Order: sequence, then structure tokens, then C-alpha cells
Amino acid sequence: MTINELLFLVFAFGLIAWFVGRARAASFISSETPIINSLPNYHGWFATLWAIVPPILFLIVWINISPALITNMVLANPDAASITADSFSRSAILSEARAVANGSSQALFQEGSEKLVPLYKAAQSYYDSIAFAATLLLIFAGGTYAYTRLKPDFRARTNVEKVVMFALLLASLIAVLTTVGIVASLVFEAYRFVTLVSPFEFLFGTNWNPRDTIVAGEDNGYGAIPLFWGTIFIGAIIAMIVAIPFGLMSAIFLTQYSTPMFRSWMKPILEILAGVPTVVYGYFAALTVAPAVRDFAVMIGFSNAASDNAMAAGVVMGIMIIPLVASMADDSIAAVPGAMRDGSLAMGATKSETIKHILLPAALPGVVGGILLAVSRAIGETMIVVMAAGYAANLTANPFASITTVTVQIVALLTGDQDFGSPHTLAAFALGLVLFIVTLLLNLVALHIVKKYREAYE
Amino acid sequence: MAEQNSQSDTSDDGTDAHKITARNVNVFYDDKQAIDDVSIDVDMENVTAFIGPSGCGKSTFLRTINRMNDTIPSARVEGEIKLDGKDIYDPSMDVVQLRARVGMVFQKPNPFPKSIYDNIAYGPNIHGLAANKAELDIIVERSLQRAGLWNEVKDRLSDSGTALSGGQQQRLCIARAIAVDPEVILMDEPCSALDPIATAKIEELIHELRGKYAIIIVTHNMQQAARVSQRTAFFHLGNLVEFGVTSDIFTNPQKTRTQDYITGRYG
Ligand SMILES: Nc1ncnc2c1ncn2[C@@H]1O[C@H](COP(=O)(O)OP(=O)(O)O)[C@@H](O)[C@H]1O
Ligand SMILES: [Mg+2]
Repeated sequence: MTINELLFLVFAFGLIAWFVGRARAASFISSETPIINSLPNYHGWFATLWAIVPPILFLIVWINISPALITNMVLANPDAASITADSFSRSAILSEARAVANGSSQALFQEGSEKLVPLYKAAQSYYDSIAFAATLLLIFAGGTYAYTRLKPDFRARTNVEKVVMFALLLASLIAVLTTVGIVASLVFEAYRFVTLVSPFEFLFGTNWNPRDTIVAGEDNGYGAIPLFWGTIFIGAIIAMIVAIPFGLMSAIFLTQYSTPMFRSWMKPILEILAGVPTVVYGYFAALTVAPAVRDFAVMIGFSNAASDNAMAAGVVMGIMIIPLVASMADDSIAAVPGAMRDGSLAMGATKSETIKHILLPAALPGVVGGILLAVSRAIGETMIVVMAAGYAANLTANPFASITTVTVQIVALLTGDQDFGSPHTLAAFALGLVLFIVTLLLNLVALHIVKKYREAYE
Repeated sequence: MAEQNSQSDTSDDGTDAHKITARNVNVFYDDKQAIDDVSIDVDMENVTAFIGPSGCGKSTFLRTINRMNDTIPSARVEGEIKLDGKDIYDPSMDVVQLRARVGMVFQKPNPFPKSIYDNIAYGPNIHGLAANKAELDIIVERSLQRAGLWNEVKDRLSDSGTALSGGQQQRLCIARAIAVDPEVILMDEPCSALDPIATAKIEELIHELRGKYAIIIVTHNMQQAARVSQRTAFFHLGNLVEFGVTSDIFTNPQKTRTQDYITGRYG
């Protein structure tokens, strides 16, 4: 039996266990005991869980160990003793024989594999029957145990609750573990990169022109400073010059001036804007804004303005970030106690004086936190810059020049035919790690500031 | 209720005998009426106390006097309120100027999250009352002195106003109101968040400020009203039930509702 069939079996019995448990609980209800501790459904779930969880755990383990068990059994056979000792062709022979044995492949190419096929078949059916027997045994053992525990005063509800909690915990751990895994793989690949290219060149070099082959002691063109600069210039400078004033002003308008009616319309619209796929912004940047910016730049005398200029990407990115800044600023301003505002208004201050002298300074930490989050979002943003920013690693502060960013170069390094161990690919991981660390730090600082600020008014 | 307003020497033409004259004031929150046809006179030399059970409209009425109800979108004010004979709800009245003339102290001390100095300097700065730093220093010192806070804070004017104790914060708020040289000071339960010692200091301060400013104090504490005020207005369910000399109100109330409240039959 295959794993799928076994799983099907498990769930079928789980269903049966549910009905049996429920019926058993229902049978407790009589005129003498009209109320039992838990509803019959909970008894059903309790029985089901005991019937299915142990065999499922067993099957998970089994999937992982059974191939090794089967191979060992095959190799223990005298017929298998004759195959070559060269580990590479040996494992090729074994895997081919296994593929034929379980029917996922027909043809045999490797010398000596055909005599292993019957061995594999035998081993497989032997272990299949063991798995089948073990699964059935676990289903019935669990089910019977659960059945014996069902009593009128049995707290099936709390027991099921515990399982639910455990399942939720497991689900939340998956996200955490995935993050850990991602970081680990980034670190690992980045480490491989710095064994090839000097980290000093990578972090402080100004020449970005990655070579395919690394020559130790030479400049290999892996100086990432132009990329870091481009990222900061587009994401943290140009984008923020757009996003901060517009975001702040819309937050001020929404919290202080707009009618509740307008606010209830405007907030969802801002949220929709925040949900527009970035590729759409990318199109907007590349097709509409970039040519307009170039024409404008040429008009005011920058004859060398590039069509993939930093300005277009940065401005559109800033527009993309406006809702984020606006909503963070809106929250912070709204969190300033109304008593501050009333105190200022009662002094005879106008609304805008109150905003400027009282509300904004009081909301500043929250606003700054929001801006840092926005910066971290902007420097990690990929689609807009890939579509609108350039690929040339220029170290310039001219917003009309073509400037590249970390994310653009990661994409460039990974596209095309790349060997996984090549310096290009590894450089992409190293860039990714730098980006990850910077955004992580920004987020941590931002959240810390925002939290401190919240506490100040609680 | 005009007969209740006749305790002081009103000249018949109504000119500047009273600092504030309110006539037939109604206040609504949307459709709900919170103040019902209130008429009252407040003068310079007396401290006026507003008493009455919670929710009877004391704060609402107080806020009509510096038009802070304007900041509540659902609030609507009808009737006539005159400050020095000029209708404060007249379109020609500048609300910003009005609030500089009618200062307010809130129930919970609400110093700005700025230094003590900047808290006081805020009003003079926005109204352009000081030509230079030296003048501003004088205003700050004088205001703090009047509020009885100078000796406690003179060495730490750059500390945050929010770092002071509750009672000091409330006196800071009074000093802040004084700094713009108002004519009227409205206090909405200024001691309800303070301990007895801090309360005593504020009451003492009110005594000292009497006569310099027309003072209206809302309080739910009748002993306090008796201690600090010379005129008392009793509000109930949005009505001004009785208004008169404080000692008369407490010893010889004319209305049974007033008597019931003062003797603690409800509250
Ligand atoms: N901002 C507001 N919006 C709607 N109703 C209000 C508002 N403020 C006060 N009220 C209502 O007006 C009435 C008077 O309130 P208030 O003036 O605060 O009374 P007091 O200060 O005497 O306790 C109460 O019924 C209260 O619920
Ligand atoms: Mg009140």
C-alpha cells in the first residue's frame, strides 16, 4: 500500500471513530444523567484525534526512514554484493532499480540494476505490509484507548481544546522556523561568497562589474557601494522626499480637518492604494513617469538624462509608500491625547498652530517609526526599480542619471543561465543578506520607537 | 430665571456691569439638548461656582463661554453670551482672540509634552505678546509666580512639564492660562484628579486670583464650592435651577431640588 492509501485508511477510520465516540457519548445521556460534561461532538473529536494522530505521526517518520530500510535490506542480499563499490554509480544503480520496482520508470540503463529489481520489489512489499500492520495497530490502539476513556463526566472538551492549542502553536512555529531556515541559507551562501571574494572589496569597493571568474588579489568588480548608494538614493532619499510630506499632510488632514464622512471614504482608498501590486507601479514608472522626467530633465538642461533615471523610480516608489506613511502618521497623531489638542485650542491657538507646535512634536516618535518602516519597505522593493531604474552601477547624486539598486542587481545576478555555485549567484545571496540585515535593523528600531511612544500615552 | 440674577447691582442699560452675561442659552448635541434656556451673569470680583450632579451640563455650559464647543462637531449653541457687552457668537468675533481672553483649565492636568518654560511661553508666543526673549522670561516668571509655582520650578524650567506632580501640573496649566493675560479663567473640576494637599493649594491660588480675573469653577465638591466661591449656580438636567450668593445657596436654598442636592439626597 502506498502512503496515500494508508492516509486514506487513517482518515476513514478517523471518521468512524468520530461516529462511534459520539454515539457512545450520546448513550450516556439518560433520564438520570441528562447532562454530561461535554457535548457528544467533543467525544467524537476526542476519539478521532486518538485514532488518527498516532498513525499520522508514524507515517511521517516512516516516509523518512523506509527508503533507507528498503535499501539496506536489498544490499543485505547476497545478490547485491556484486555491484560496484564506486559510490556514485552505485547509488545510480540503486535508484534506477528502485524506480523500476515501484513502477515510476520502465527502462534500465545501468549495468547490473536489473537483478536488483526483484529484490527491491520483495523488500518493498515486505516493508509495505509492516507499515500497513503498524498503521492499523496504531489506529485501533488509539481508538480503543480513547473509547475506554469516554465517561459521562469525561472532560472531552478540555482535552480537545489542548489539541487545538497545540495545533495552533505548531502553525505559528512554521513561520518562525521558515524564517530561521531562510536566514540560515542566506548566511550559508553569503559565507561561501566571502570565501571567494574579499568581504572588504564587497562592502567597501566602489567598482561594481562582477566577473565570472575570481582572481584572488585583484579587483573582481564586486564592490557594492554603488548599489548601496543607489538603494539609499532611490529608496531612502527620493522616495521619502515624496512620501513624507504627502503622507504627513494627508494624515494631518484626515485626523484634524476632514469630516468623519470623508475620513471613512479616504482611509479605505488609501488602503487600496497600499494593496496595488507593485508591478503596476512599475509600469507606471517605466512607461509614464520615466519618459516625462527625462524630457523635463533635458528641458532644464541635463542633456545626458537617462530614460531609466533614478528620479522616476524614486518618485513612483514614494507614491507607493504614501499610504504607509499616512496610515502610520495617522495612528500616531490620533494617539496624542485629545486633552493636548484641547489645551492648545483653549489657549487661542489655531488648528494649524496646534498641529505644528503640539500634535506633531508629540506624535513625532510614532511618525519617525512609521517613516523608518517605510524606508525599510522602500529599500527592499524590487519590482518598481527592476522596471524603471537602471542596471548601470553609477556612483552619482544626479537624480536624472541611471542608478541601480541592490534588488535590481540581485535580479540581474540570478537571471540567465547561472551555475548555483558561481560567484554571481553567491553575490546575490550576499546582497540579499545585507538587505535583510538592514531592513531587519530598521524594523526593530522602528517598532521599538513606536512601542515606546505608545507606552508614553498609556 | 431672571429674578435669580438680580442679586448684584445691574445697571438697567446692561453695560459692563457684568463681565459675562448669558441669556437663554441652549446647547444641543445633535438632537439631544444638554443645556436648556440658561441665563446667568458673571462678574469680575466674585468667583462663581457651577455645581450639580454629573451629566447635568456644567462642562457643556462652561465650554460655551470660550466657544470650545466649536471643536465638538455635533454641538450647537443657541442664545446670547456677551463678554464685556459684545456677543461672542457674533460672526465678527475672532475665536482665537476670544480664547486668549477667556482661558481654560481642564479636569485632568494637560501640560504639553514640552519644558516647563515652553509650556508657559506657548501662549505668549502664538499671540505675539513678547517682543524678545527678555520679555518672554518676565512673562514666564510672573505667570509662574502668580500660579504659586515659581519657587518649586525656578531651577528646572527646562524639565518637561509632564514630569511634575499632578498638583504642580495643574498649577502649571493655570500659569499657562495666566500667561496670555486673560480676563476670564474657566476651571472645569480642576481638583478632581488631585490629592487633598494639592487641592488646598489650588483653592488658595483661586483666592489669590480672585478680582484679577473673572473666575468660574465647575466642581462636584460642595465644600469646595462653599470654600472658594462667592456665587454659586446649581445645574440640574440642563437647567439652571438656582443661582445666587454662595452662602445663601448653601444655608437657605429657595428650590427643593437645590436643597435635595445640597443635603445629599441625590448626586
Ligand atoms: N461631546 C459630546 N457629545 C455628545 N453628548 C455630550 C458630549 N459632551 C457631553 N455630552 C452630554 O451632555 C450632557 C452634559 O454633559 P456635561 O456637560 O459633560 O455634564 P457635566 O460636566 O455636568 O458632568 C450629558 O448628558 C452628556 O452625555
Ligand atoms: Mg464635566
